[in-house]
Amino acid sequence: MRLDRALLLHLAVLAALLALHFAAPPYHHSNIARIMVLAIYAMGYNIAFGYTGLLSLGHALLFGAGLYSAGLLVYHGGAGAAVALAAGVLAGGGMALAVGLLALRTAGVAFMIVTLMFAQAGYLTVLYFGAWTRGDEGIVIPQAARTIAGLDLASDAPRYLVALALFAVALLANLALVRSPFGRVMVAMRENEERSRMLGFNPFTVKLAALAVSGLYAGLSGACYALMFGYVGAGLVSVQYSILPLLYVLLGGAGTVAGPFLGALLMFYLIDWASALTDAHQFVTGAALVVLVLFAPKGILGTLRARWLRWLP
Amino acid sequence: MDFGPYLLLALMEGLVTAAVLALTASGLSLVFGIMRVVNVAHGEFFMLGAVLAWFTSQWVPGPPAVAFAVALVLCPLIVGAIAALADMLVLKRLHYEPEATIVATIGLLYILQQAALSLFGPDARPVPPPFAFRIQLPWFGYSGYKLAVVGAAVLLLVAVWLILRHTRAGLVMRATQIDRDTARAFGINVDRVYAGVFAMGAGLAAVAAVLIVPIQQAHYLMGGDPLLLSFIVVIIGGLGSLRGTLLAALLIGLSDGVISTFFAPTLAKIVATLAVALVLVFRPQGLFGTRAA
Amino acid sequence: MTDRLITPSRRTLLKGMAAGGTLLAAGVAPRFVQAQSSAPIKLGFQVHRTGIGASYGRWYERTATAALKVLNEAGGINGRPVEIVFEDDGTDPKRGAEVVEKLTAQAGCDLIFGTLFSHVVAGSAPRAGELKVPYVICSEGHQLASGGLNRWTLQPGITDVKSQVQSMAPWVTQNLGRKVTMIFPDYAFGHDHRDYFSAAVTAQGGEVVAQIAIPPTETTFTRYFPQIPAETEVLYHVMVGPAVLTFVKELGEFYGSGDRPQIFGFIDSLEAVDIASPGLEFLDGTHFWEGFPRYRQADAGESETFYRAAVGVDDNGASATDPADISTYAHMFSVWETLFTIRDAMAAAGYQGPADRQKFVEAMEAMTEFAEGNDHPQGPKVFNGKTHQVFGLQSISKVEGGRLVRVHRTAMEDGFYPDEVDYTTTSF
Repeated sequence: MRLDRALLLHLAVLAALLALHFAAPPYHHSNIARIMVLAIYAMGYNIAFGYTGLLSLGHALLFGAGLYSAGLLVYHGGAGAAVALAAGVLAGGGMALAVGLLALRTAGVAFMIVTLMFAQAGYLTVLYFGAWTRGDEGIVIPQAARTIAGLDLASDAPRYLVALALFAVALLANLALVRSPFGRVMVAMRENEERSRMLGFNPFTVKLAALAVSGLYAGLSGACYALMFGYVGAGLVSVQYSILPLLYVLLGGAGTVAGPFLGALLMFYLIDWASALTDAHQFVTGAALVVLVLFAPKGILGTLRARWLRWLP
Repeated sequence: MDFGPYLLLALMEGLVTAAVLALTASGLSLVFGIMRVVNVAHGEFFMLGAVLAWFTSQWVPGPPAVAFAVALVLCPLIVGAIAALADMLVLKRLHYEPEATIVATIGLLYILQQAALSLFGPDARPVPPPFAFRIQLPWFGYSGYKLAVVGAAVLLLVAVWLILRHTRAGLVMRATQIDRDTARAFGINVDRVYAGVFAMGAGLAAVAAVLIVPIQQAHYLMGGDPLLLSFIVVIIGGLGSLRGTLLAALLIGLSDGVISTFFAPTLAKIVATLAVALVLVFRPQGLFGTRAA
Repeated sequence: MTDRLITPSRRTLLKGMAAGGTLLAAGVAPRFVQAQSSAPIKLGFQVHRTGIGASYGRWYERTATAALKVLNEAGGINGRPVEIVFEDDGTDPKRGAEVVEKLTAQAGCDLIFGTLFSHVVAGSAPRAGELKVPYVICSEGHQLASGGLNRWTLQPGITDVKSQVQSMAPWVTQNLGRKVTMIFPDYAFGHDHRDYFSAAVTAQGGEVVAQIAIPPTETTFTRYFPQIPAETEVLYHVMVGPAVLTFVKELGEFYGSGDRPQIFGFIDSLEAVDIASPGLEFLDGTHFWEGFPRYRQADAGESETFYRAAVGVDDNGASATDPADISTYAHMFSVWETLFTIRDAMAAAGYQGPADRQKFVEAMEAMTEFAEGNDHPQGPKVFNGKTHQVFGLQSISKVEGGRLVRVHRTAMEDGFYPDEVDYTTTSF
């Protein structure tokens, strides 16, 4: 990868996050670890939606595939955290392939609904197998099982650093992906599917590959959530968790590499701040969305890119 | 219980579900068909209808039937006005871009839900039915009001159809649906048509809620299910096709009633959900649609 | 004069700094002493202000506030005043963990208590364990006593669902019938009822003839009623969420005034709902479990009178200022009792500050019995320090003329079961 200002910017973000490991007060330290994990999920969502134009309302299924593969393997199978993490990533990617093979026969609103339906079926399946999943109540992963290569994911410092390492890999891989020839094909698919077909690309294959990568990210994030925060429950697979990455991405800027992280960060602190001010924090969230879409429809980084920073990937 | 009566009960239940669903979904379908807007806040308009019906039942004195009649007229009007306002203040300024409107209506969803929680409270509140009689069949009893709901829904749907087909307003709406720019060129105030359509869509959800609220009850989180089901119905029916929406509502309502009678309920829901997804995969234009979405 | 203020000479600046330093030192020292003596003890409260638990959350907050007033008027904890910091968790397990974080790390709370919904508990307990902050729940869930959580989590205010359900079985099989059909929501809470009640009924020589699991997304129930076998003598129902009124109304329409089985339910379905609501007439003559009888019973003691007055609940279980505002009376006593148990455990531990958190847990583990009284108005309790779970007496009430009248109170032993975990042997 060329060492240019775009790469430098993202490295600077990572360096800042590393600095925060030492500088941030405990409350924010642990929030940022959580935000990085969710940002991986949002980055995956952005690869499908922001770059390839696939507006899915069912990504919770992919997140859940990672969450439950990792969680159940550790809880019932006694697997190690490293194995569980790998299994979670693969489960996310595999689930995305399976969903994609069917759902990518549709487009637009129908695609939204098909993905929504698959995710709903996944949510109900978790409830149906309550004997293993404890349904909505969920299961708590024992602290002793949450160790990866000697690092205790239940204690703050290793968790932050592992989250940062995985986040860094995800962010740089995302950057490399969108600057690769394949990344340009993805964008071409979003902008004009017919034209890219005429140029010799198979839209189905391209979208399927993008969705699979998106699934790997979502699976990684889900597995991280299970192992780092120790809770696996049906609520995390419900429809809200399909909407969440969409919000993060739109707030930060769809089709920007750092946008999902920025969106996750701002959304978290918006809710946190609003709930301290008023009971009606849902109102604040709702109003923020409306204001955002009215006055900065491309999200924060998207607007910056359109106005000033043309080079922003 | 024997198989025959069992099936009869399932069908009656399915018919009630279908009737209410048809009303709610036709609102969503209208908005999508004419404005090409996917309204995620549609379920909240439904919820507002139910909540306002409860307020009406508290404020209007006399027998429950009077309050119910008032609610039936007043609630859709108020909800429609709120929707029109949302259209003029937000959606219009977004130029009805699909992604932007989805986000905006998610925001609207949060705002309306919070408003209901703050002003109405977190409890489920019952609204008395306008009349209560129970039909005793040889095998089981059934609510007479539920059957009345089916009748009322049919009447309302016929009214919607008549408005769309045989009034000038309907003509203008259809003209706008077919070609917005040409309609504008012919002097149609497209902005006003859109605000009106959005209000009418929300009003239909609200009226469905007023009908259902004596059976269920008003609660600030009740909008989720109708939204999901309406989405399914609209898609299965073929986007924007009102006739398809009605047929799909009947199909979904009845099959939901019947399937969950014969399988483990949650398993039945899983199967039904996957079935809907697969229908869409293999017929993206919907079961009854003709054009590609 | 003014010149000097704007451009101070180096000397005055130094002098000023020295004075500031002295001030700072003087300010810090007394405050530190104060922390030893009279700085308030801060208790964090995870409250379900929004989301599906909001009906409960509102009353839990009121009960906690009332209990706090009583506590502070009686001298607080270890001679120090007590504060409660409430934070909304949206009845969401992810937010729950974040709230534990916020209350502990940002608000500086000594411990956290008050959580009801078991999925929020499951989401939050791991973080409480990592932060090593006591997490005192009011949730009824069996997950704690089954060994699923950790040493920092305790439940001293309310009996868990396994014990509640099991102690119902003898009375139900002896007085209502031996052939039971169960209707329950198809998730963890419902499955606990299914498993523990079925086992207890079988142990009593009864039989569960059908188990009907309703998907939690369901809003209408009539279509499930034909699955109730005709031989059913008792219909056992436990539903939660806003659709419960529909459930009862539709059950009424289905059976009408004709022949119906005996009906026994858990009041969880109708917490915060007026039993005299339109459509609920059908409930007349049916029975309910109640943690604490909503309607003031004829034999109610002084402590219950005191508790009702303090929280602001009238004799019908409604708000003293708004008779239409029905409380979650059968459950919310747990918040009250938990606060006073916290006080006693902190006293026993000689609790001074966060450094004594472990001592606090050990002190609570050493507790065995709570006597009925103003601190424990619901009744006497037995605390099991090994499982971190309290046991108490349950009530069975019958609906008579739109009121709930207690017909039976269980014995303490009815609710006991063998220990499934010993937290005192696990590490902190």
